Formats: sequence, structure tokens, C-alpha cells
Amino acid sequence: MTEKLVIIGNGMAPGRMLEHLFEATPGRYEVTIFNAEPRVNYDRIMLSPVLSGEKDYEQIIIHGDGWYIKNGITLYKGHRVTTIDRAAKTVTSEHGFTAPYDKLVIATGSVPFILPVPGNSLPGVLSYRDLDDVNAMLLAAQSRAKAIVIGGGLLGLEAAAGLKSRDMDVTVLHLMPTLMERQLDAPAGYMLQRELEGRGIKVVTKAHTKAIVGERKVEGVELADGRIIPASLVVMAAGIRPNAWLAKAAGLDVNRGILVDTGMHTSDPDIYALGECAEVGGYVYGLVAPLYEMARVAAAHLSGDDTAIFVHNDTPTKLKVTGVDLFSLGDFADGEDRQEIVLRDAAAGIYKRLVLKDNRIIGTVLYGETADGAWFNDLKKKQVDISEMRDTLIFGQAYQGGAPLDPMAAVAALPDDAEICGCNGVCKSKIVGTIKEKGLTSLDDVRAHTKASASCGSCTGLVEQLMALTLGDAYSPAAVQPICACADLGHDDVRRLIKAKGLKTIHAVMQELEWKTSCGCAKCRPALNYYLVCEWPGEYADDYQSRFINERAHANIQKDGTYSVVPRMWGGVTSAKELRAIADVVDKFAIPAVKVTGGQRIDMLGIKKADLPAVWADLGKAGFVSGHAYAKGLRTVKTCVGTDWCRFGTQDSTGLGIRIEKFMWGSWTPAKVKMAVSGCPRNCAEATCKDVGVICVDSGYEIHFAGAAGLDIKGTEVLGLVKTEDETLEVIVALVQMYREQARYLERIYKWAKRIGIAEIRRQVLDDGERRRAFYDRFVFSQQFAQVDPWSERVSGVHKHEFRPLTAAGLPQAAE
Amino acid sequence: MHWTAIGQLCDIPQRGARCIDTPDGKVAVFRTGDDRVFAIDDHCPHRGGPLSQGIVHGASVTCPLHSWVISLESGKAQGADEGCVRTIPVKVEDGRLYIALGRRAEQAA
Repeated sequence: MTEKLVIIGNGMAPGRMLEHLFEATPGRYEVTIFNAEPRVNYDRIMLSPVLSGEKDYEQIIIHGDGWYIKNGITLYKGHRVTTIDRAAKTVTSEHGFTAPYDKLVIATGSVPFILPVPGNSLPGVLSYRDLDDVNAMLLAAQSRAKAIVIGGGLLGLEAAAGLKSRDMDVTVLHLMPTLMERQLDAPAGYMLQRELEGRGIKVVTKAHTKAIVGERKVEGVELADGRIIPASLVVMAAGIRPNAWLAKAAGLDVNRGILVDTGMHTSDPDIYALGECAEVGGYVYGLVAPLYEMARVAAAHLSGDDTAIFVHNDTPTKLKVTGVDLFSLGDFADGEDRQEIVLRDAAAGIYKRLVLKDNRIIGTVLYGETADGAWFNDLKKKQVDISEMRDTLIFGQAYQGGAPLDPMAAVAALPDDAEICGCNGVCKSKIVGTIKEKGLTSLDDVRAHTKASASCGSCTGLVEQLMALTLGDAYSPAAVQPICACADLGHDDVRRLIKAKGLKTIHAVMQELEWKTSCGCAKCRPALNYYLVCEWPGEYADDYQSRFINERAHANIQKDGTYSVVPRMWGGVTSAKELRAIADVVDKFAIPAVKVTGGQRIDMLGIKKADLPAVWADLGKAGFVSGHAYAKGLRTVKTCVGTDWCRFGTQDSTGLGIRIEKFMWGSWTPAKVKMAVSGCPRNCAEATCKDVGVICVDSGYEIHFAGAAGLDIKGTEVLGLVKTEDETLEVIVALVQMYREQARYLERIYKWAKRIGIAEIRRQVLDDGERRRAFYDRFVFSQQFAQVDPWSERVSGVHKHEFRPLTAAGLPQAAE
Repeated sequence: MHWTAIGQLCDIPQRGARCIDTPDGKVAVFRTGDDRVFAIDDHCPHRGGPLSQGIVHGASVTCPLHSWVISLESGKAQGADEGCVRTIPVKVEDGRLYIALGRRAEQAA
């Protein structure tokens, strides 16, 4: 007969417990879960990457709805349990729903500590515990206003970095003199502070918060010294408290947390507690590794194995802020009986400190380079006498005994029981054994079967090295095509990291992302230049030397080294005055060829480079600007004559084309963008093979995209029908901005759309109005800096050197 | 060897080039990211593309016409391509640039 198991709370610890339980005794329990949050079990460690935009919610779900169904679990989402009736053995939720239990597991987690100061309940004061908090912060971040994070510990700093990457002006208030003082010693705390300040996060230490000020909502924080720091968002990250009130109300023994023995039993033999709400051996825990250990122990007892016991272990700490590497473990306070080994390299930003007692490691702080963390952890755990290798210990495992080991050899040299994944407590032999036993070949498989690198992911590199060691040539890591031979990362990773790490120069990208060449190549430099132009409009200074010659010279290079020039004719419409000006320029500069292009423009070919500024000056006088026929950017909007002249025209297609072109010219895109607007479905402007096209119909505007008529021929896809010109413009602009932000350099819209999916693009730019508006706003912002006519700039003398040859003193100029 | 002054190092942007007409033909003068200076014929061995218009990376330039990569040090095409352009001695003294032109140039001067 099945027993009834009820679980209060649906966090990571009870989720893990159930996995163990189902493996040990499938079918023994009928499980009911009450979750105060309205959702499934997700990875709370990964909330910081969600906040910073490196991941989204779907990517951090641990157990999807299917898992609950498959295991016959009844999950009450959004049900907070209000009473436990131990006599009747039932629990009751706030909605009045009652469930009976044979065994009960309390996993109510923790609650954030809210400073007891005036104003702490004003709107705009948030904590940082769950997805709802993150969503509220993301909403607040849209205003790009000022934010204050109270608390410079692990959670507070991750929140600060996340808000900063969402473009907020962030200040961290920390009570103690140095950041993360529980995990870092003062020098490492100082280096961390410098690093964060370098990213534009303000840090105030020794900051005593006196009050949150504001009338109806948060307006700032007042410190004890009288300073008032303005902010419209305050995040309280000053610590957590075990959430034990429910257990207390039920009469269970409670101290700081719910008291449990080493088998996770509370004072009632039928009730277990685990996770952040539990207190065992005088400790309460907030990091995932001990919580998962509790899950293992509780599952063992629930399945009848009474021998499992929970043992306290120091857990290494890592900060999940992209680009900050720090590792901390054990006890690192100074003491009479202690010695220390310190390595500092200020220029490289490296600080390592080992604290020794009786020739054994008892504490470690690593900053800037943390690869040896696992090895030091192993030495500490096993209490290894290090006197033999004391001279070289600080340099890490690779330097013990002769020549440095390469990283693979270092991993090979790790003992079988060395811990690889700190979050999930997975050792080397478990990973290697599982790979062999189950024939695993992908990282995802290894994560699924062993949980190694499945939580915070910082040991992914080690796990991959173990896979390579175990599988040899049979292991091929995820086949991401690197951007070029200069780098290991693919285009998408590079774009993501430019944003996440706040990289704002080509040099910074190459340095931080470990380029293998000193200054890149002709493939990666133009790509990086584009990514930076797109990501940091107005901030990034365009690097002309990283642009292909056509974009540097604002004209198209021809096979003989001369150039062709195409002035912009809005929507393909011209006039006698413009045509005369072109004719005059052709005569004056003896331009050998003039041709009409496929995009309804006039092309003048065979112009010498040195003549370009003078040609542009004359064209400029007639009102012409650059036609960008040379650019990875908006080229042309082709139109038909529409209702102005055509007896079939349904809308003003010429006017709309001109409007789109005037709105979007100058924008840089991953590859060229050609558009067209046809006034009726007869489609004389050939809009259905363009990157973006519009077919006007009686009822409005049919927006098309992802067509091609070059190397590939492909009809467009229909994005949707809208009613007005204004809507048409907004959707097209949003579509192009999404493409600008997400496509890989040189990837045309039709290829990008094939990769992303037509439905996904439609969802983001048509169905989701808020997102569409955000894309639109970002495009408009970026246009302030992009809509500069490069021709008139060159005529005024900018980049003169580009167009004039050097001259040799005392040499007659060679005749051409 | 006769050195001819052709301007200042700062006349050429880093990772850039300028060309100069000489009696021996058009010469491209390059300045790398680490301020080394090279001069080669402004004529790709492939289809004669103007190398001075290419993207400079390390001590190489990528031709703007068909993306051949030419070593600035040796004048040789890199990778699978075969071909070579003439390299011309060039030096920087006190920020001034000099190139050593061939006989025809010396006669003309």
C-alpha cells in the first residue's frame, strides 16, 4: 500500500530529495506538494543570470510540469500552507485545502531579512529571493533609473551586477568595511570592490542605513551620517533567516531554524525538515551543496535506510558575476597558530591566499584565477600534510613536481575522489564511471545523469576535460563554429559576453575573451566592430580600421581600385534638379560609366579615390546624401507609384517607402538590408523577394520579410497584416532592431529567420506589444548617433588621410 | 641605399595604410598596431587589388578584392594561396618616415 508523503515547499532541496526517493523506492509514496510560488521547481542559483539577461526562466527550470505528471505528484501551485495539524496528521493551505499525510517534509526555505528601519515597506523596496523578485527588478530596470542594493554579500553583489547590466545606476551599501567579509579577506574584498567600481557600480562601505525615504514610494536611502542617496529601487539583500514559523506554530522544536537530527527528523518522528529552514548541529545553510546533502539523507531515511547521516562540511563559495573569478573556502582568519602563503599580482588582478595550520590547509581565498580551487579543496578535505610541496603549493597543482602540467594532465592527475562539482558534491570517479557505464557522449547527458555542472555551471570546463579524458577522440564538444581562427567562441557567445561583461572596445573584447592573435583578422574585426556599434550606441567609438574599405571610403571598390558612388534617392524618386547635378558631376570628373541599379538608384562608376571628397561636395550642394550602397546597413527602399498615379494602387506606397527610408537610413545591420513597398498585390516593386517588404492592400499593409534574390532565391514570409502606416513603421523598425541585436555578422535576414524561427520573430515583434515597443525605442535611440551623412563629414575634412596619398619630398609625381 | 622622406609616422593610422606614387609604381606604406612600418607594392599578386585599402591585422593585410592575405614582412601570400609582392625598405627616425626607392626613382630625383 502506498503511503502519503506531503511536502511543504517546492525548492531545489525537496526536488532533489524526490529524485533520490523515486530512484530508491519507486512507487512507495503518493506525493503531494504545496508550493507557495505559482510555478514548478527551478534553479534559484541561476536567478542572477536571469537578472543579468544571460539566461531566461525557461532555461533554469529543473523539473518541468511533465516530471510531476510522470511521477504521479500532485502539485498545488500558489498554495501557501497555513497550519499543520499533527494530531490529525493533515496540512491545510490558505485556500482551505486539506491533505492528510503519513510522512511530512517541511522545506519552507528562508525569508529575506528586511532591515527594521522606517520606510522599509514602501513600494519600490524589494528582496532578492525568487523569480517574482527578479521580475519586479526587471520591470523597475526598464526605467534605467537609480537603484540601491543594501548588502554587499554574495546575493547583494549578484543583484547589483545584474541591475547594472540592465543599465541601471547602481549603488551598493554595505555595513562592513570590506565586501563579502564572510567569504573574503580584506585584500580580496578590496580587489572585488575595485573590479565592481570599474564596471560603474558605486560601493559605499561602513554604510549604516537609517531609513528608506519617500512619500508614496521609494525616493532614496538615508544613512546614519545624514547622507541621502536617491534611488527609485531598493533591493534588500542583507541576509536570510530560516522560515520556521509554520513548524513553530505546530509545536515543533525550533531554534534559529527547525531543529533536526543528522537524519533530518524534527522533534516529531513523522515530520522531516530540510533545506534553508532546517538547523542541524548548530548550523543553518544557504549554499546548495549542503542542502543537496540533506536531500540525500532525508530520501535515504524515507526509503528505510536509517544509516545515512548528515555531516557538516565547509562549502566553497563562488560569486556568479560574469568575469569575476573568486573562490573562498574554510577559515581564513589570522591566528597565533596559523601561517599563510600569499601570492599577489596586482597588474594581472590575481590574489591567492592559503591559510595553514599544522602544515594543513584550513582556508583558501582565490581571486582572479580560481582553477586550483578544486585541488586546494581536496587537500583541505583530506587534511593532506603539505610540507613537502610548501614552496610551490601556491602556484597550484600544475607546478608540483617538475614541469607545469597542461590542464588535461592536471585533471588526469586528480585523485578519484576529488570533488569536481561543489554544488552537487560530485567527485571525479562518479563522473568517469557514469560516462563509461551509460555510454554518455554529451555534456547535457553527463549533467542529466550525474548532476555535475548542472547547478551554477562553474565547473563545466573540468567536466568537459573529464569527458575528453574518458572518451578520447569520441568526444567532440558542442560544435559551435568559432567566429574565426583568432577565437574559440562563436558569434552568439561573443555577443552575449560583450553585453554581459560590459566590453566597450575591440581591445577589451580580445583581452577578456582570450583572442589568440594580437589584433584579430579581417574576419573578426569587422564583426566585433559591428557588435560594439550595435550594443553601445553613442558610447562606442567606431573603429574605421576595422571596417571593410567600402565602409571606410563610403563608396564601392571596383576591380581596378576605383570606386563607384550611389547617392540616396528616397524611395527611388528623383527630379530634374537632381539629375542635372548628377550629369554635371559626371562631366566634371570625367566619370566613365553611369548606370541605373536594381534598387532604383543611379550609380556612377570608375571614380578615383582621391576625387571622392570633391564628388561628394558637388553632390551635397544639390541636396544628395550618401546612398549607403556600400554598407552592411539599410540600402534602398524600392517603391511603386501607388495611389499617386496607379489605377490599381491601394495605398501611398511611394510615401510609405520614403518614410521608412528617411526613418531608417544610416543604421548599421549585420548584413545589407534591402526593402520595397508595393502599392497593390501586383507587386511591381518586387517586395516579396526583399529582406523586408510591404504589400499594400485595401484593408492595410501586409508586412513581409526574409526573402532573398541573390545567391539563394526565396520568397518572403508573411509577418502579419496591420492597419496603419504608423503600425507598419513600428513593426518593421522592431523587426530590424531584433535582427540587429540577434543575428550574426554577415547573416542576412532570411538566414537568421531560418535559424531563429518565423514564429518566434512574429511573437517578439508582432504579438508582444511591449517587446516591440522596446525594440523600436532602442532603434530610435541608436539612430541619434547613426544618422550622420558620412559624405558631408568627409567633405568637411574628417579622415582626410583616407583619401590623399602620401607625397615624397623632392620626387616628381609619377604619371598615372 | 637612398632614403626618401615621405612624411610622418602619425600620417598613417595604426592598423592602417597609405599609398604613395613613385617612379617605380604605387607603393603601400603600412603601420601595424604595434607601430611597426612596412612598405610593399600596392598590387596584390592575385588580381592586382590595391593592398593599401585592405584591413591590417598583425603584420599582414587582407586584400579588399578577394581576401588574399599578404605578409607585410615577406610580401608572400599566406595560407593556401601562392604569390609574392615586392617589399621596399622603410624606416622611422624621430617619427619621420623614409623609404628606399629603386634606381629609377633615384635617377628621377
